[in-house]
Amino acid sequence: MTGMMGTDAEAMSKAGSVAGNETKVDCRNIDVYYGDNQAIFDISMDIPARAVTSFIGPSGCGKTTFLRCINRMNDTIDTARVEGEIFMDGEDVNSPKIDPVLLRSRVGMVFQKPNPFPKSIFDNIAYGPRIHGLTASRSELDELVEESLTRAGLWAEVKDRLDQPGTSLSGGQQQRLCIARAIAVHPEVILMDEPCSALDPIATAKIEELIDELRQRFCIVIVTHSMQQAARVSQKTAFFHLGELVEFDDTENIFTNPQDKRTLDYITGRFG
Amino acid sequence: MTETETDLKPASFTDEAAIARLKRRHRAEQRFRAYGLVAIGIALAFLVLLIVSIGSQALSAFSHHKVSFDLTLEEEIVAPEGPGATEVIEENVFGFYKLVREDLAATFPEAEGSKRLKTQLNGLVTRLAVLPMARATAHHPERIGETVTYQAALSDDLDLYLEGKVSDEIRLRGETISAGERIGPSRIRLIGDFSELAARRAATAPPGDTDERSVLVRAGTAVMRAEAVEDARVSGPLLTGNLSAFEGARPQIRLIETPQSERNVTDRQVAWTLALREMGRIDQGLNWALVTNADSTYPEIAGVVAAIVGSLFTMLVTALLSVPVGIAAAIYLEEYAPRNRVTDMIEVNINNLAAVPSIVFGLLGAAVFLNLLGLPRSAPLVGGLVLGLLTLPTVIIASRAALRAVPPSVRSAALGVGASQTQAVFHHVLPLAAPGILTGSIIGMARALGETAPLLLIGMVAFVAEVPSGPTDEATALPVLIYKWSTGAERAWEPNTAAAIVVLLLFMILMNAVAVFLRRRFERRW
Repeated sequence: MTGMMGTDAEAMSKAGSVAGNETKVDCRNIDVYYGDNQAIFDISMDIPARAVTSFIGPSGCGKTTFLRCINRMNDTIDTARVEGEIFMDGEDVNSPKIDPVLLRSRVGMVFQKPNPFPKSIFDNIAYGPRIHGLTASRSELDELVEESLTRAGLWAEVKDRLDQPGTSLSGGQQQRLCIARAIAVHPEVILMDEPCSALDPIATAKIEELIDELRQRFCIVIVTHSMQQAARVSQKTAFFHLGELVEFDDTENIFTNPQDKRTLDYITGRFG
Repeated sequence: MTETETDLKPASFTDEAAIARLKRRHRAEQRFRAYGLVAIGIALAFLVLLIVSIGSQALSAFSHHKVSFDLTLEEEIVAPEGPGATEVIEENVFGFYKLVREDLAATFPEAEGSKRLKTQLNGLVTRLAVLPMARATAHHPERIGETVTYQAALSDDLDLYLEGKVSDEIRLRGETISAGERIGPSRIRLIGDFSELAARRAATAPPGDTDERSVLVRAGTAVMRAEAVEDARVSGPLLTGNLSAFEGARPQIRLIETPQSERNVTDRQVAWTLALREMGRIDQGLNWALVTNADSTYPEIAGVVAAIVGSLFTMLVTALLSVPVGIAAAIYLEEYAPRNRVTDMIEVNINNLAAVPSIVFGLLGAAVFLNLLGLPRSAPLVGGLVLGLLTLPTVIIASRAALRAVPPSVRSAALGVGASQTQAVFHHVLPLAAPGILTGSIIGMARALGETAPLLLIGMVAFVAEVPSGPTDEATALPVLIYKWSTGAERAWEPNTAAAIVVLLLFMILMNAVAVFLRRRFERRW
């Protein structure tokens, strides 16, 4: 198949065409190094608010690294160095004025493997609100926990056993617990790093449903290895390859009319 | 497809080479299992040997013999400054020992007039063995003037004799003695059938001309030493009691294998002890002195309580130093410190410190804490500081291992909801690492509890007869006490040492049990 080679700039201009949605996170010329190895090469991207943006690409292409730039989780890795600018609602998240701890309360994160705290279900959800002082009383906290669990579609399953350990839940429930924990601190952006890779198809379907609901209120970025998942849940899709952003466009365009040959090869299963 | 691929045949399970390979593999596995079993067997055998040898030795220290005395507590002797002066009564070893000596002299009048025999008689009970009765009287001053039954520990050597630890003995039940007669001022002759004794004595006689073994013949409370033994009669000195006791009696005969010149107890002392036992005045009981008394120069009244308290104070100081500092250092190194050359060096040096011989820490303690800082010598404070430094690397290494074992996903999860580094560590990582940290700390402390060398160097080997009341008092520690007792000249220190080792082992087992309990308890939570 002959490639319709498009530049990043063209892809970007296409991205701007998502109807009626403003930019939430604006990344400009991001480079990431692990020691002497460069993992991300000059990536720029506008991530829209109240939409799901998915990152796809073969393993080791930098999707997760790029995702972790947004809430500065790369700060916790000694050797990692991030260059470039990321603006969230016009604020530079890397500026010294921004406290990464507060940033992370605004940009929640869900990890590849469900990682509930080894505490009770209630305490898992209540931990974030407690340390940020989001609730004034116990009843407010109870309400917040219920609301978060309800929104994560877990309330009905766990309402009778909130005092049991979060680790006693099944894998899919644990992951929804982690999502509930992330939304309990009322973030603006939720980053999801392959949230369904450890789950069976039924649990995956539940999480996908949940993501679809959450997009009404949050800006969601999801890294996934499943192209079907990207196609199902996201409105915008970015294809990464070898640390570069190859193509970023509306999901429909990426899967039906990719501009880059590498994208086409990847989505048709020629490599990756 | 290449040619080499077509050459490959599927593995066969039936050809000889394959079967031989399989057999070899099974043999190797069984051999390795056998090695493992042998290794465990050897370890267990040594453990059992250790416990049995120490336990059997210690057993005789845990029980001891006491002599009872009916003493009339005359006020001028036991309470020279009046019944109200309790401290004087408590310390009045001289007065109470005088009563005991008088009682013994009255019981065994044969010692009268001979200084040598008097000394032997008084050797049945040592001076300081009357301290418990002095203390009891001080607590009950109303007893003064009355006749009270008190007990005092039998001298250590006679105690060992009664336990059969001094010499091998041949014991016989003699035939009825038909008559006895005096043949000198203190010599007697007994007529009867002594053929069995004569035969046994001749059969077991050591090579050489003279048979120096003692034969003691006892009937009731009378004991004689048979120096000339014939089939129909024996003769020798009457050691204690009356000749009349022998007539018509079936005597108990003891042939003591070790000659008198080679043991610490004389035949006369043995005779008196046997007579006292016959009078019902010797009881065997638990040696509470061992756990309630402080150290003493007399093994029969020496105890470990001062050393236990000294060890406890030392461990307290050790714990206060090494646990908080060790955990804080481990948390910093594991969770906060950047990985660079400086922290690498610190890490290497902590590992080196853990391997430094403990005596070096003792020298450091003597040089810095005693000489430079002028802290009190022989005090648990200094001992605790030295052992704390000794334990520190162990605690740091164990705590770091425990922290490293906490899955990183827990840290990410906490950071992901906006916890700060410190919140993530203290709310999530530390509770999960706590069982490991606790176990490491307690095991490090248990090691410190058994340390002797550094304590010797800072003077905790001092003779301490008082229970220390604080960490700055003079004190000694259990392992040091064991070292000191093991170097004691008297035989009776041997079982005492074993008993102190048993006490120390009990403490170690207790600490390790606490470690296991805490680990289980904290781990069971989720």
